[in-house]
Amino acid sequence: MTTTVTSHRPRPAAQPDTLRAKRLPRYAAPAIALAALLVAAVVVYGAGIGGPVLVVVLGALLYLVGLFVAANAVEGRRAARNRTWSALIHSAFVLAVLPLASVAWTLISKGVERLDGDFFLTSMNNIGARDPNGGAYHAIIGTLEQVGVAALISVPLGILCAIYIVEYGRGKFAFAIRFFVDVMTGIPSIVSGLFVLAFWVLIVSPWFNDGRPSFSGFAAALALSVLMLPTVVRSTEEMLRLVPAPLREGAYALGVPKWKTILRVVLPTALPGIVTGVMLAVARAAGETAPVLLVAGGGAAINFNPFENNQSSLALFVYQQAGDASRYAPARAWAAALTLVALVLILTIAAKLLARRNRLGR
Amino acid sequence: MAKRIEASNVTAYYGAFKAIENINITVEPKTVTALIGPSGCGKSTFLRSINRMHEVLPGARVEGSLTIDDQDIYDRDVDVTAVRRMIGMVFQRPNPFPTMSIYENVVAGLRLNGVRKKSILDEAAEKALRSANLWDEVMDRLGKPGAGLSGGQQQRLCIARTIAVEPQVVLMDEPCSALDPISTLAIEDLMFQLKDKFTIIIVTHNMQQAARVSDRTAFFSIEKTGDPGRLIEYDNTQKIFSNPSQKKTEDYITGRFG
Repeated sequence: MTTTVTSHRPRPAAQPDTLRAKRLPRYAAPAIALAALLVAAVVVYGAGIGGPVLVVVLGALLYLVGLFVAANAVEGRRAARNRTWSALIHSAFVLAVLPLASVAWTLISKGVERLDGDFFLTSMNNIGARDPNGGAYHAIIGTLEQVGVAALISVPLGILCAIYIVEYGRGKFAFAIRFFVDVMTGIPSIVSGLFVLAFWVLIVSPWFNDGRPSFSGFAAALALSVLMLPTVVRSTEEMLRLVPAPLREGAYALGVPKWKTILRVVLPTALPGIVTGVMLAVARAAGETAPVLLVAGGGAAINFNPFENNQSSLALFVYQQAGDASRYAPARAWAAALTLVALVLILTIAAKLLARRNRLGR
Repeated sequence: MAKRIEASNVTAYYGAFKAIENINITVEPKTVTALIGPSGCGKSTFLRSINRMHEVLPGARVEGSLTIDDQDIYDRDVDVTAVRRMIGMVFQRPNPFPTMSIYENVVAGLRLNGVRKKSILDEAAEKALRSANLWDEVMDRLGKPGAGLSGGQQQRLCIARTIAVEPQVVLMDEPCSALDPISTLAIEDLMFQLKDKFTIIIVTHNMQQAARVSDRTAFFSIEKTGDPGRLIEYDNTQKIFSNPSQKKTEDYITGRFG
C-alpha cells in the first residue's frame, strides 16, 4: 500500500490524464460497517453504558467516519464526500421508516391476540368487566357508515368546489373561497364536533325528534365531512391545475361545451390524483375520535341506522377500551386499532385499483 | 361546402395589451392560406380569433368584424360551440386526450356533441383516419391509447379528430413545428388532399412550407416589441415569394430581418 500512496498525488484539476480512478473494493463498505459495529459493541458493553440501540447509533457514526477516511485515502476527496452523503441520505430514509415499521409491528403483534371471529361478529352489548369476549362489530359498522355518509357529502361538494375555483372562479369571490378552504384545513376535529353538536344535534335535530336532541351516526358524519371537505377541495384543485391547458383547448376547438369538457376530458385526466386526495380525506376521517364521541355518543350495541340512536366507531372503540378498567379491554383496543388501519389500507388499495382500471394500459 | 372568411378591422387584446390591429383579410373557400411573420407578430392570435379560441384566455377580447359566409362570428346570439364545430383547429403540439383510446379520440368531437350510434361513429372514425393518412397504421390497434403513438402519428390523429366533425374550415397553428421532416411531408400531403373539401388557414415559421402548401400568403409584422402586429402584405403565394410589393416582406423572406 505504501508504494501506491506516493503515486497518488493530486493531479492538476484542469486536465486529468486518465479517466480511470482508484476505487474501494466492493467488500469495503460492508466490511467497514461490520468493523464499526464491532468496535461500537466492544466500547458500549465494555464500558457498560448502554444496550443494543446505543451500539447501532455509535456504529453508524463510526461507519460514516470510517467510510470517509477510507474513501479519502483511496479514492480522493470528491468520491469520499459522495460516499458519505449517500450514506447519510440512506440513513435518513431508514430513520423515517423506523417509526412506521415500529407502529406496524406493535399493532400486529398486540392486535392479533383478539383478532378472532368473535371480535368481528359480536358487539360490546352486555359485556361486563369480567367477560373476556366481546367485539367491535358495532364499531366497524359505525366507522363504515359514518365515513361513507361523510364521503357522500364531502366528495361531490369538494370536487364541485374545486372545479369552481379552477375552471370558473374569477376575482375576489374565488379568492375568498380558496382562503376559507385553507382556514378550514386548520379546524381541529373537536371544534368541528362541537359545531355539529351545537348546530345540528341541539338546534336542528329536536325539530324532528319530539323536541329532544338526537345523537346519531349521521351527526358524526356531518362533523367528519367538515374535516374531509378542505382536503378533498385542495387536492382536487391541485390535480385539476395539473391538467394541461392544450387538452381543454383541444376539446373546445371540437365545439365541445365547457361543462362537457370538464366532465369528460378534464376530470378523467385528473382522476387518479383526485382519488388519492379523497382517500387521504377518508383516512383522516376514519381515525377521528372526538367528533364521534361528542355527537354520536358511542353505544355498545349494534345499530345499523345512522339516523337514529347512538353509534360507535373504531377510533372511539379504541379510545373507550384503552381507558377501560377490565383486564380484557387492552387486547380489544389493539385489535380494533389493527382493524382500523387494515380497513383504511384496503379502502385505499381498492380505490387506487378502481381509478387505474379507468385508465388505458399502454 | 367550404366557406369564405372575411376579416375586417380585426383588433385583438390580451387585457390592456393590443396584440393585433386592424387586420383585413378575405380567405376564399377551398384554398390554403399561410400566415407568416416573425415571432410575436400576432399570427396565432389572429388564427385563434377566427374560431373564437382567443377569448378562452382570461381578459382576452376581439374587436372588428369576422364573418363566415356573411354570418358574423362575433354576433351576440352566436353559439360559440357552433362556431368551433364549423371552424376546427389543429394545435402546435399534438394534444390527444390521454384517457381515451385512438378510436375514442377520433370520435370525441362527435360523441361529446351527442352522437351515440355506433355505426355512425365507426364510419366517421374510419373516414377521418383514412383522410388523415393514419388508418393503415392504426387500424389494428384502435383500442390502444392515443398518447402511445409517435409525435407525427399523434398530430395526424389530432387532424383526424378535427375533420371527423366535418368542419368547413380547418385552422392549423404551426402543426409541423414539433415534427420530423417525414411526418411534416405526410401532413403537407394531407393538406393538399384536404383542400378539396376544406378551407385551410395555416400559421407557419417555415417559409419553404408556406411556399409549398399555400395558395395565398399573408405576411404579419410588428414595428418593435410591445407594438400590435399588423398585416403587411397579403397576396398570391407565388407573388409574395418572387416579387413582393413591400420592402419589409422582401427583407423577411430573404432572411434579412426577423
